[in-house]
Amino acid sequence: MEAIIKVENLIKKFSSFTAVDNISFNIEKGERFAFLGPNGAGKSTTIKMLTTLLDPTSGTIEINSYNPNKNKDLVRKSFGIVFQDPSLDDDLTALENMEYHAVLYNIPANLRKKRIEDLLNFVELWDRRNDLVKNFSGGMKRRLEIARGLLHHPKILFLDEPTLGLDPQTRNHMWNYIKDVNNKEEMTVFFTTHYMEEAEKMAQRIAIIDKGKIIAMGTAEELKKKTDTKTLEDAFLKLTGHEIREEEAGGIDRMRMMRRMHGR
Amino acid sequence: MKVVYILWLRQLKKYVRSRSRIIGSLGQPVLFLIAFGFGFGPVFQRAGQGNYINFLAPGIILMSVLFTAIFSGIDLIWDRQFGFLKETMVAPVSRFEIMLGKTAGGATVAMIQGIVVFLLTLIIGFRPHNIAMLPTAFLFLVLVALLFTSLGTVIASTLEDMQGFQLIMNFLVMPIFFLSGALFPLNGLPSALALVTRIDPLAYGIDGLRGALIGQNIFSLTTDLSILLVITLVLLLLGSYLFERIQI
Ligand SMILES: Nc1ncnc2c1ncn2[C@@H]1O[C@H](COP(=O)(O)OP(=O)(O)O)[C@@H](O)[C@H]1O
Ligand SMILES: [Mg+2]
Repeated sequence: MEAIIKVENLIKKFSSFTAVDNISFNIEKGERFAFLGPNGAGKSTTIKMLTTLLDPTSGTIEINSYNPNKNKDLVRKSFGIVFQDPSLDDDLTALENMEYHAVLYNIPANLRKKRIEDLLNFVELWDRRNDLVKNFSGGMKRRLEIARGLLHHPKILFLDEPTLGLDPQTRNHMWNYIKDVNNKEEMTVFFTTHYMEEAEKMAQRIAIIDKGKIIAMGTAEELKKKTDTKTLEDAFLKLTGHEIREEEAGGIDRMRMMRRMHGR
Repeated sequence: MKVVYILWLRQLKKYVRSRSRIIGSLGQPVLFLIAFGFGFGPVFQRAGQGNYINFLAPGIILMSVLFTAIFSGIDLIWDRQFGFLKETMVAPVSRFEIMLGKTAGGATVAMIQGIVVFLLTLIIGFRPHNIAMLPTAFLFLVLVALLFTSLGTVIASTLEDMQGFQLIMNFLVMPIFFLSGALFPLNGLPSALALVTRIDPLAYGIDGLRGALIGQNIFSLTTDLSILLVITLVLLLLGSYLFERIQI
């Protein structure tokens, strides 16, 4: 087996605060790998560094054998991503969001139409393709983001808390698509979550991350064994403790207010 | 090129779909033109300066271009806040292309706005002196639109959120407009004020447009054109440099 993601001694500091604190791990080609951790653990920050959005303070990263600092575009071609926060253009239709992506990833025009149609059918949004995204529910937006992330046939799919706020049906559905592509195309899946059962069910290996550090890594079985617990939840609590982590105050909500005030 | 095109197209689609924004942004120039045009017209005439509506129209056309262009550039902050910028930033395309596409889109929108306001000024009573100069006028319109969209992008790539926006409006955009000679002639001003108007890029746009439309310019059209071109290029380069460094 060869590693498609290699991370060594990765550190990210925001001024004096260390968000990601010297983590190392490898992910095999075709593997489904989960980052499990409480709010503020550094999951999103790690993903941003792996996906060229943020420069690391120190450490090395290799994605599909490329260095995100040196070969940004080759790295960018290698992965698809579903961000934690929404990243669709609400003022465009579902189809237009897909077309925008297809052009950015230079998908030839003759393939574009068919692939978009297949994927929108796959996530059951083909009938709504000409609706503006702002009229979509949270679940529909998520499905569209997944379809978009798969459009350029990435070798790696990053999913940052992809099921946050989705109902169990949608969640189940979504994971079925992803597993399907994972099996058929040997696509590597790297996801973050704070749902135990999701990590246990969907990931072959789990890294538990807290306060920027990976504190345990292995299969769900191995983690339970290591902590001498019966469920992954118990293992998780034993490893991370019981204190409650606060989510950052909603910057997005403030922005929505501002936007309304400016009559947009 | 396809990337630049799709980014341009996106800006245009968003503009066409925001009807309330279009109508809202036409109200202000019409109000200015009517209130100032007919309000100060008699005084202007008595001072021997000729028809004030004719003098004012080029200024008001570029006022709406200025505001639309800055807003289109600043749009980037919304994209950032609402997450769509991330989608563009992880794509395997050069930041320069992204910058170019967004700027072209914003500038096109600002140009359309300028042309619509031009048509409105005709209804209100504006009479250009020479139809043959319309292509020259158009050139100035394009340059001013490009310049200020780039400026908006430059500003937006240094701002994290909309907090600083009010500051930019009050201490940059408003002075640019009021000190540009859009409302009053720039000759015979107190020397301190005259100096400030010389460093206002919009002054050269308005001078050029006024020259093209009503034959009243202080600088030569070549001077106006060269200064606008140089500033636009500098801002475009600065914009893509800053864009390259955006971290999300
Ligand atoms: N741009 C930033 N500037 C300063 N601090 C940040 C920034 N981004 C994230 N952080 C901080 O880094 C920590 C980890 O954040 P994040 O990676 O988003 O956590 P997670 O995704 O695991 O919930 C948090 O404490 C967060 O406040
Ligand atoms: Mg996160």
